[in-house]
Amino acid sequence: MIRALTTRRTELAPFLLLLPAVATMLFVVALPLIFSLWTSLTPYKLTKPNTLYDFIGLTNYIRIFGDWDFWEAFLRTIAFLTVAINVEFALGLGIALLINKITWGQRGLRTIMMFPMMFSPILVGFQFKFLFNDHIGVVNNALQSLGLTDQAIPWLVDAKLAMFSITLAEVWMSTSVFAILLLAGLFAMPRDPLEAAKVDGCNSWQVFRHITLPFLMPFAYIAMAIRSLDVARAYDLVAVMTDGGPAGRTELLWTLVARVGYDEAKMGQANAMAYVSTILSVLFTWYFYRKLVAARRYMGGAE
Amino acid sequence: MTVTVESRASKQAKKVALWLTTFVLMLVMCLPGLWVVLSAFRPNREILAKPPVWIPEEITLDNFGKIFGFGAEQVGIPVGSYFTNSLVIALTSTVIALIIGVAGGYSFARYRFRFKGGIFLGLMLFRAVPGIALSMPVFMMWSRLGLVDTKMGLIIVYVSLNVPFTIWLIDGFFRQIPQALSEAAQVDGCTRWQAFWKIEFPLAKSGIAAAGVFAFLTSWNEFALASQLTRSTDSKTLPVGLLDFTAQFTIDWAGMCALAVVIIIPALILTFIVQKHLIAGLTFGGVKG
Repeated sequence: MIRALTTRRTELAPFLLLLPAVATMLFVVALPLIFSLWTSLTPYKLTKPNTLYDFIGLTNYIRIFGDWDFWEAFLRTIAFLTVAINVEFALGLGIALLINKITWGQRGLRTIMMFPMMFSPILVGFQFKFLFNDHIGVVNNALQSLGLTDQAIPWLVDAKLAMFSITLAEVWMSTSVFAILLLAGLFAMPRDPLEAAKVDGCNSWQVFRHITLPFLMPFAYIAMAIRSLDVARAYDLVAVMTDGGPAGRTELLWTLVARVGYDEAKMGQANAMAYVSTILSVLFTWYFYRKLVAARRYMGGAE
Repeated sequence: MTVTVESRASKQAKKVALWLTTFVLMLVMCLPGLWVVLSAFRPNREILAKPPVWIPEEITLDNFGKIFGFGAEQVGIPVGSYFTNSLVIALTSTVIALIIGVAGGYSFARYRFRFKGGIFLGLMLFRAVPGIALSMPVFMMWSRLGLVDTKMGLIIVYVSLNVPFTIWLIDGFFRQIPQALSEAAQVDGCTRWQAFWKIEFPLAKSGIAAAGVFAFLTSWNEFALASQLTRSTDSKTLPVGLLDFTAQFTIDWAGMCALAVVIIIPALILTFIVQKHLIAGLTFGGVKG
C-alpha cells in the first residue's frame, strides 16, 4: 500500500514540475493563438471594435489567397529562407572545418564567432543599414575612394540589391549558429574511424563524404532546429533596413502582417496571414526536430 | 631530398593560406561591428562628410552624453528610461524563466513519464510562433487586461518566450550529471529535494547561468513584440528606442551608433563569460536523447 502511494507520487512529480512551464505557454501563446484564430474569422478592425463579433467564416483566408501581394510576400519569404539557410549551412560548415584545422587560438576564434549570434537583430539591421547607406555608408565610400565606381550604389534603394543586402545581414547574423555547432561536432568526433579509413586508402573527399558529414548531421540538425525557432526575426532586419520598401519589393510575410494589422488596422485579415506564417514556422521547426530525433536515434544505435 | 623540401614548402604555403582565410573571415565578422563602435565616438558631421574622412580627426564621448541627456546638445529620445526599462524587463523575465526552466528541465532530465516527448516538442513549437504573429492577439488581450505599455505586460511575454529554450538547455545540463550521485545521497538519507540542492544544483550552476544569460539577451534584444506592446517611456525598451531615431526628420547616425554600443556592450560581456557553457549546453541537450 505504501509502495503504491510512493510510486504514484513519483508519477505526479514530473507533471507538477512542468506545470508552471506549461501554464505559461498556454496562457501567453496557446490562448492568444485561439483568440487570433477567431479574429481571423471576423472582419475585425481596430477602429471598429464591434466587428470582432461578426463571424464571416473563411472570407479572410479566401481574400488573402486571392491576393497577389500576399503570394508575392509568401514566395519571397520562402525564397529568402531557402537561400539564407543553405548559405549559412555551407558557410558554417566551411568555417568549422577551417577552424578545426587551426591548431592555435581556436578558443578565441570560437568566442569571436559567438558575437553575431548574441547581437540584437535590430542592431544587425541598423549596422548594415549604416554600412550600406548610399550616401554616407562605408561600403560606398570605400568603393568610391578606391575608384571602383564613381556612382553611389543604391544598396537599399534598388529592389534587387536591397533583398541582397537583407540576405547578407541575415547570413552574417546566423552563420555562426551553424559554425559553432558543427565545430562542436568536429571536436566530439572520434579519431579511429578517420584513421582506419585512411589506412584503407580513402581519399580525403571520401572520408569527408562518408564519415565526417554523417557524423556532423545531428549537429547540423540542432543548428537548424535552433535556427527554425527564430526564423521570424528577419522581420526586425527588414523593419529597420527597408521597412518592406522600395514599393513593397522587400516585403516578407511578417512585415506584411504588421502593415495590414497595425498600419491599416485590418486585424481580421492580418490574423489570417499571421496564421499562415505561424503554420509555416511550426512546420519548419517540427520538420527539423523530427530530423534531429531520427539522427539521434541513428547515433544511439551506432554506439 | 628535393621532394621533402618541396612538400615542406607546400605545407608552409597551405598553412599561410589557412591563416589568411581565417583572418579575412574574422575581419568580415568583426569589421561591421567595429565600424559602428568607432562611429559612436565620432561627431556626426565627420560621419556625414563628403569626401569621407577615413582617419578620425576627433574622438569624442559627446554622442553618449547626448543620448543620455547630459551636455549641451540633446536628442528628443529618453534613452535613459529605455535603458532602465530594458534592464528591469530583461532581468525580471530572466529570473522567472530560470525558476520555471530549472523545474521543467529537471523534470525532463530525471523522470520518465507519459507524453514526455510530446510535451517537449509542444513547448518548442509554441516557441516557434513568430513574434509579430503573436503580437496581435497578445496586444488585443493585453489591452483588455490593461497590460499594454506596462513593464509587467512585456515581462509576462518574455517569460514565455524564454521558457522553452531555457528548458532545452537546462535539461541538457542536468543530464550531464550522473544520476548515481543524487541516488547515493538519497541512500545516505537525503530527501530528493535535499539531494537536488546539495548535489545536482551546484553541479549544474554554471550551465544554469549560461541559460540565464541566453534568456537575458533574448529579452534584451527582442523587437517584434516590444515594438507593438510598448507605447511610452513607461515600458519602451532599447531596441524600440533605436528605431525611434529613424522616425526623426534627420537621421542622427552618430547618436544611433552610440545607442547601438549601449545595446551591444552587455551582449559582448555576457557572451564572453558564458560562451564555453553555452556551447556545451546546446550540443549536449541536443545530441544525447
